[in-house]
Amino acid sequence: MDWAKIIHDLFFDYTVRTVATGSTLLGIVSGVLGVFAMLRRQSLLGDTVSHAALPGVALAFLLLNSKAPLVLLLGAMTAGWLGMLALMAIVRNTRIKLDSAMALILSVFFGFGIVLLSYTQRLPDASQAGLNKFLFGQAATMLEADVITIGILGGIALLLVIVLWKEFKILSFDRDYAAGLGFPVGVLDILLTTLLVTAIVIGLQAVGVILMSAMVVAPAAAARQWSDRLWVIVVLSAGFGAFSGVSGVLISGTRTGLATGPTIVVIASTIALLSLLFAPNRGVIFTSFRDLKNKRTMRAETVIQSLYLLAKQHGDPQYPHAEAVLRTMSANPLSVKRSLKHLESNGLVANVHESRWALTAQGVLHVEKLVARRRFL
Amino acid sequence: MSLSQIEIQLIAIVTAAACTLPGVFLVLQRKTMLSDAISHTVLLGIVLAFFVVRDLASPLLILGAGLVGVLTVSLVAVIERTRLVKEDTAIGLVFTALFSIAIILISLYAGDIHLDVDAVLVGEIAFAPFDRFTVMGLDIGPKGLYVMGGILCINLAFILLFYKELKLTSFDAVLAASLGFAPGLLHYVLMGLVSVTVVGAFEVVGSVLVVALIVVPPATAYLITDRLNRMLFYSVAIGTVSAIGGYWLAFLLDVSISGSMVVVSGIIFTLVFIFAPERGLLSGIRNQRRQKITFALTMLAAHLLNHENTPIERSENRVESLGEHLRWSPSFAKKVLQEALRSETVYRYEDLLRLTDRGREMANQRFVQS
Repeated sequence: MDWAKIIHDLFFDYTVRTVATGSTLLGIVSGVLGVFAMLRRQSLLGDTVSHAALPGVALAFLLLNSKAPLVLLLGAMTAGWLGMLALMAIVRNTRIKLDSAMALILSVFFGFGIVLLSYTQRLPDASQAGLNKFLFGQAATMLEADVITIGILGGIALLLVIVLWKEFKILSFDRDYAAGLGFPVGVLDILLTTLLVTAIVIGLQAVGVILMSAMVVAPAAAARQWSDRLWVIVVLSAGFGAFSGVSGVLISGTRTGLATGPTIVVIASTIALLSLLFAPNRGVIFTSFRDLKNKRTMRAETVIQSLYLLAKQHGDPQYPHAEAVLRTMSANPLSVKRSLKHLESNGLVANVHESRWALTAQGVLHVEKLVARRRFL
Repeated sequence: MSLSQIEIQLIAIVTAAACTLPGVFLVLQRKTMLSDAISHTVLLGIVLAFFVVRDLASPLLILGAGLVGVLTVSLVAVIERTRLVKEDTAIGLVFTALFSIAIILISLYAGDIHLDVDAVLVGEIAFAPFDRFTVMGLDIGPKGLYVMGGILCINLAFILLFYKELKLTSFDAVLAASLGFAPGLLHYVLMGLVSVTVVGAFEVVGSVLVVALIVVPPATAYLITDRLNRMLFYSVAIGTVSAIGGYWLAFLLDVSISGSMVVVSGIIFTLVFIFAPERGLLSGIRNQRRQKITFALTMLAAHLLNHENTPIERSENRVESLGEHLRWSPSFAKKVLQEALRSETVYRYEDLLRLTDRGREMANQRFVQS
């Protein structure tokens, strides 16, 4: 890879610059709104909305006979929005659960869209050509007009998030509490969902259904692992989304045939995977180390307490005992040796004679402190 | 009807039935979005298996797809078990990643594979009869019919063999586990079958519409019945009606057949959603209204009882003052009064309302209960 050329293209090649700007903007907008979707357990809403938008695209084209981005966008938004309303109606009024309702809306709307698309294909002129690209998307063919649309609509969405920050925050974490405080939760619900629909629909055209589903989920899931503060998560998520967008565009440019959209998704997913593994405090690696350490401490403490119990029966807290005795008292006999070594390295017990162990003076103090703290024995 | 028309309808019916049977359990177990995820990720299985066998007609492709389907479910389970993200987020992470890898592989080696992504996602049943199954040079019918027929038989056999276990896990997984069944194993087998079904149905109706065949009929049946065996039966029936109805709708309007099948199933769902006898929208509204009246009747009886034979009876229990004392609108008060007179809980005495024995009993009961 020729990095100098890549950087050069980023600033001076018209196509690369346009696509990179558009993908970055999309990454930011969907990253921010994805966090709220994740907190509200609506991560798969992106998938639902992006499929449900299809009949709107086809209908807008059929009724207005235009393929202008804004026309298709409005169609997609209307259909996506109707899909959301139908979803809410089903969940609220029947015993069908959210997941089934989502799959139902997603597939039925999509099926209706396919019917409409197959109808447009019968039209005598070839004007409908490329309509299905709207769904599968082609990031590489993004135009400046698309980027401007993304910029304006995404900007409005972000602005609303900033203005209604407090409301959205409380709505996402504790809807009932928000309602109790007198916030109009119904209106806020619909508003936040509408913003999400907007974010998804503006991205659809450029990058396709699957990519938009990923852009809503992956950056937010990654960002969540690094912090417990909402604003940090939102900023990080936007950053991850932007980074995936721009680096996906650049990497896919290095090789012909490497589709831009999927590359962006793979990068975003990799960031999410790395975050799940390595994030401090929450990550899998960190927590398993902590678990291991806790387990070792727990086992060592039972061993040292057993030793103390035994020794006290002899009237001398530093009376030595054989390792075999400690093993019979332990729930994990195999770990006793390791625990003793661990305690020894901390100067709490001493190997008095071959396999006989005794508490040190410091060890006695340690156990007595444990006993006092836990009212043990 | 020409032979190919009959064949298309047969394939459509068999596909719908094969998809909807495992779908019933997915709906009950709240795992339907997994089928959506699988319907995308099986593409990766097909691509990878193709790299190994280099033959798009090989049955190994279905096996590969089945394995990736199970892999999808396992990955989701692993991520979910870390408790770092919720299940929906885990599903979203896994299926988009696997699907993207598949697309990248296809686009990188596009020269080697004649796999059209659009065709996979959309599919078209109209072409199914052209792909014939021949044994020793003898044409014995369309291949799709045999593939989906085989899958239908496997699904049916699985459900019949493990009916009790599936029923138990679907309604109470914890109880199933404590009784010594292996709900986890059963879950993975079910998901493997869903994957195989999805791949088989892929060529027939396309991946997204498979989800419709899996989810819509069971969700509809779920609104009609409380019994598992009836739910299975109704689901297959609804799937069959959608298949035949969809075919003829497509025939009349000259549009996509698989799309029309889904539209018909969507229409059936909408009708059931609105008109279902017990769980429909209308019966819900009716129930609510009836409960409101019943409650109002009890309120009226309690009010009358409360002021019976008291000095203020003349002012409290007057027909005209009911609305004011019970805070009812005049029209509602009138409706309640009509109902009260009709059900003989009260009777008119001059301009007063008095409780009948039945009304007094109702009011007393109400007081004892509360």
